[in-house]
Amino acid sequence: MRGEYHLACARLHHAIGEARQQGWLGKNILGSGFSFDIHVHSSAGRYICGEETALLTALEGRRATPRSKPPFPQTGGLWGAPSVVNNVETLCNLPHIITNGPEWFADLGLGEDGGTKIYGVSGRVTRPGAWELPIGTPLRQIIEDHAGGMIPGYQLRALLPGGASTAFLDGTALDVAMDYGSVEKAGSRLGTGMAIILDDRTCPIGMIRNLEHFFAQESCGWCTPCRDGLPWVERLLDAIEDGTGQDEDMDQLGRHARMLGAPGRTFCAHAPGAMAPLASGLKLFAADFAAHIQQRRCPQQSGA
Amino acid sequence: MTSIRIDGRDCLTRTGINLLQACLEAGANLPYFCWHPELGSVGACRQCAIKQFSGPDDTKGRIVMACMTPVSENTIISTDDPEARDFRASIIEWMMVNHPHDCPVCEEGGECHLQDMTVMTGHNPRRYRFTKRTHRNQDLGPFVKHEMNRCIACYRCVRFYRDYAGGDDLAAFASHDNVYFGRAADGTLENAFSGNLVEICPTGVFTDKPFSTTYTRKWDMRGAPSICVHCAVGCNTIVNAREETLRRVLNRYNTDINRYVLCDRGRFGHGFVNAPTRIGTPLRTIGGQQVSVPITDALQAFARMAADGPIVGIASARATLETCFSLYALVGPQHFCTGQTRHEQECVELVHALLTRHPGALPTLHEMESADAVLVLGEDACATAPRLGLSLRQSVRQASFHMADGAKVPRWMDAAVRTLGAECPSTLHVLTPAPTNLDSVAAEAFRAAPDDIARLGFAIAHEIDPAAPPVTDLTPDDAARATRIAHTLMAARKPLVVSGMQYGSPALLQAASSIAAALARATPEAGLSLVLPECNSMGLAMMGGLSLETVMEQARAGAISTLVIVENDLTRHLPPADVAELVAAVPDIVMIDHTATPLCQQASLVLPVAAFSECSGTLVSQDSRAQRFFQAVFPTAPIQAGWRWVQALAQHLDPSMLHISGLTGWRDLDDVLAALAVAFPPLAPAVMAAPGADYRMNGQKLRSQTYRASGRTVIRSFVNVHDQPPPGSPDTPFSSSMEGAYGPDMPATLVPGYQAPAWNSVQALNRFQHEIGGDMRDGASGLRLLSRAGNQNADPPPYAYVNDIPAPYAARTDTVLVLPDTRLFGSEELSMFSPPVMARAPAPTLGLPADMVTSGRMVLHLEDGPHVLPVKPVPGLPAGIALCPAHMVARALRFPCMARLDRAPDGGEGS
Repeated sequence: MRGEYHLACARLHHAIGEARQQGWLGKNILGSGFSFDIHVHSSAGRYICGEETALLTALEGRRATPRSKPPFPQTGGLWGAPSVVNNVETLCNLPHIITNGPEWFADLGLGEDGGTKIYGVSGRVTRPGAWELPIGTPLRQIIEDHAGGMIPGYQLRALLPGGASTAFLDGTALDVAMDYGSVEKAGSRLGTGMAIILDDRTCPIGMIRNLEHFFAQESCGWCTPCRDGLPWVERLLDAIEDGTGQDEDMDQLGRHARMLGAPGRTFCAHAPGAMAPLASGLKLFAADFAAHIQQRRCPQQSGA
Repeated sequence: MTSIRIDGRDCLTRTGINLLQACLEAGANLPYFCWHPELGSVGACRQCAIKQFSGPDDTKGRIVMACMTPVSENTIISTDDPEARDFRASIIEWMMVNHPHDCPVCEEGGECHLQDMTVMTGHNPRRYRFTKRTHRNQDLGPFVKHEMNRCIACYRCVRFYRDYAGGDDLAAFASHDNVYFGRAADGTLENAFSGNLVEICPTGVFTDKPFSTTYTRKWDMRGAPSICVHCAVGCNTIVNAREETLRRVLNRYNTDINRYVLCDRGRFGHGFVNAPTRIGTPLRTIGGQQVSVPITDALQAFARMAADGPIVGIASARATLETCFSLYALVGPQHFCTGQTRHEQECVELVHALLTRHPGALPTLHEMESADAVLVLGEDACATAPRLGLSLRQSVRQASFHMADGAKVPRWMDAAVRTLGAECPSTLHVLTPAPTNLDSVAAEAFRAAPDDIARLGFAIAHEIDPAAPPVTDLTPDDAARATRIAHTLMAARKPLVVSGMQYGSPALLQAASSIAAALARATPEAGLSLVLPECNSMGLAMMGGLSLETVMEQARAGAISTLVIVENDLTRHLPPADVAELVAAVPDIVMIDHTATPLCQQASLVLPVAAFSECSGTLVSQDSRAQRFFQAVFPTAPIQAGWRWVQALAQHLDPSMLHISGLTGWRDLDDVLAALAVAFPPLAPAVMAAPGADYRMNGQKLRSQTYRASGRTVIRSFVNVHDQPPPGSPDTPFSSSMEGAYGPDMPATLVPGYQAPAWNSVQALNRFQHEIGGDMRDGASGLRLLSRAGNQNADPPPYAYVNDIPAPYAARTDTVLVLPDTRLFGSEELSMFSPPVMARAPAPTLGLPADMVTSGRMVLHLEDGPHVLPVKPVPGLPAGIALCPAHMVARALRFPCMARLDRAPDGGEGS
């Protein structure tokens, strides 16, 4: 559990306490001879602690840097012992699959993927939030039916369908089904399923800058391209947004998107993830970038 | 071996290595940072990116990190691929984002791996146009300077310091582009191997602080292959000098011994050479005052002394074979003393005898690293032989390597291997009276008195081989412990027993030998390693001679007219009363030494001898390796090698008085060694420890300066603009200048420094190696006089076990058993004349079991009188035992003794 999530942590502890009181956790559960317990560890509050292997390293009390594979966690994970690393979201499916069977679970999906997914929408929508829906629910349905559509006066310009580390899709992609294959075909990734909406009154470069600031800050510092490349990207975006951008900066941004974006060049997927909104943004918002550099200011900021 | 294709060229490559090693071994210039041959791969820096193709038809390929990709059959790779080149150039550009580009004022400049790699990638210019981040630097103590802004975050420093050397006061702090490598707060780096950061760091974050005070660029220094003189391990070093002063000591790779790592005593102990205590001219005592005299006066004075009667020579375990032998040639066996007390000499000779007799293996340090069960019997190797201690620390990784083999993870995949081995039980057992630095990685660290440890040792031997004598009256606990350890050792394929002379206990040595011999019956690889006190202890043991006690008897009988003492401060061997008696009983004492030791002040004549950096000579390490060191400094006239002084003395004697009359005719080191080989056949192979002075490479002498050394005439232009003939030495095949042959194929024993095209840092070493981390391209360094790689005899003769099992130790109430507490810094003689090492020597304390600490300070009544010492409780120290720093309180305290202990009169509680 990420360190800053105090409320969620308290609720988890409460729930675990209830389960233990009921005898569903701990030694000899319900007299079955089977013992099982849950320990909640509040991490150091770093984004990288969510990376499968960095999570293990952090649990061991060491710097949260990812590990090379092999060994895979399944054979040599926490303190070298076989370990299964899963999201709580994934684990939550298990009781239902066991109770109702795999076919029932697979049938829940609307497309090729089975089961449900927790989708979310943030940005200038009427009802930002998160909902568990059949996997494959179309994006338009999520935004319009569940998030209540855009706040009046705002138009949807583009969105990150699966969170900060997925590529931008523009408004023409609203009918994409939110399953793994369909989103990938549309040019992005399902990721966490938590869509971030860019509206027409927010500067896309400001948004990308904000994202890259986050990624640069959350780099663990282990491998060179990520550690020193992301801050460079952030400063280039700072400069462009602040009106001191230069034409060569676009080459540098493009170079970083290319160099850091391809898999296998950085140690883990952090930097490629960081480059997904940048690379797609450079294409999608080329005119905005050019305007910033030519006018030596952010057109949207100074207009507001 | 397998074949891989690198840039269209088929290369025969070892299997089991990674592609970076394969490329380097194939001669390709592939840049890297985080990989280090001794530390393995972690894939952090991303600098060694190459293109790998899935088959001959794959034209696209994919970028992989060479250091993280194993060699496999028919691998096709390209280092030259434009995409890979571009990515590697980008890595340099990213590293340079925050690098200050301060090469002109950086002490790494000219031998900087970062410079080399930058040039290798061809990246230029840098395009980052924003502010660089700055860090605050730390004061890391007297050895290492810190300049964090130069850091490129390769993580090598913490991987070496923490994972490899077991330190805990250097760490990576913070994250993203603000990562910081340093201590939690300013302060001295405590680990015994901190100085290696200077070489491990690929840039100028960690630099050599003492060197900084007389800094010179690498290319302006003369280099010479050398041997460390600060313990008996025999680590190989490079000495660098300029303007005839020694500037620094660097590691010199020896595949069997120190490999890539030196201890701090060895790296920073050389300061005695330039210390104010150095003797520069002959000194004559006239009217109670020592005055400087010309060489001729000094030698004539000696001639007058010699005319008065018999001469006795006292040699030294820190003098070279050549110097000791020349003294032997001067005075003959009846008058040649080893400069050791009888007890010390017996122990050293016992070590030699036990090693000679051992039916198993006599492992090198590198072989010890792969021992799969180690028993340390009564020796704190981390203090007495630090580099050996580090090898034992590596041995505990064996289990994790076996885990990795099982998981099909290559052994060089460092982080993965450490993850897999995280919970592997240790196979190291430490049985010592006092805590050691190895305790934290040991399966068991057991405290007992030396006699009880010896008893346990004998009991272990009996468990392994019932023919070994049993130990009676063992406590049930000890009997169980003996059984447990015996079984661990017997289960091992390569067990190792380590002991030594720290506690001067023949019983400990015998017990260690018995265990190793018992193991060797079933396990030919069973190893024995015994630690000796000084750099030529073994060489001297093989020569033999009289003990100091015998010399004392002769002196008392008035049978000595002149004592010629070579490089030996007897006050470290004999209590003050004995030294005073000896000085009074002998009319004239001639001291040949480089440093004004306390004994020098008592001599009637002092002759200034060359230190290890100023002459050439041969030392025999504790594992019987004869190794030669060479001259880097050409000192001004009166300073010369010990054997030349002895020869000069001989020339002022009647030739009939000489034991070996040839002595006066020796022209160079090779002549001395040839005579030595005749007089001492077991030492004869020492002649071959290195090529002789007549060795030529491509018909040339070897150069000892770099090819771009600044003009030798310019250096002294303020004196004279005319060209001076460079100094020379008849003892070596080196020229003293930049003229001569040099190259990766030169003999390993003669490499004066590492440099190769495109490689200016110490990492140019890879060009001199046949295989990365393996043998040098031309031969081994040094030659072992005793050697057994394992018992080849299928049916060895039964080992003659001794039955001298000591009685159980019993604490006494009236006296304490004082054990010498050997300190990493403080106990060794020469390094204590080196200012940075002196600064690291802790103040003497008296270690006592916690329940014996009755006041803050106590009085220890040693042979030379009472000493008031602050008291420190030592956890686990057996009852009735006191730990007193060796040589730091009573100068002659090197072996255990009984002494009275009182409360200090002031009874102070604080220390």
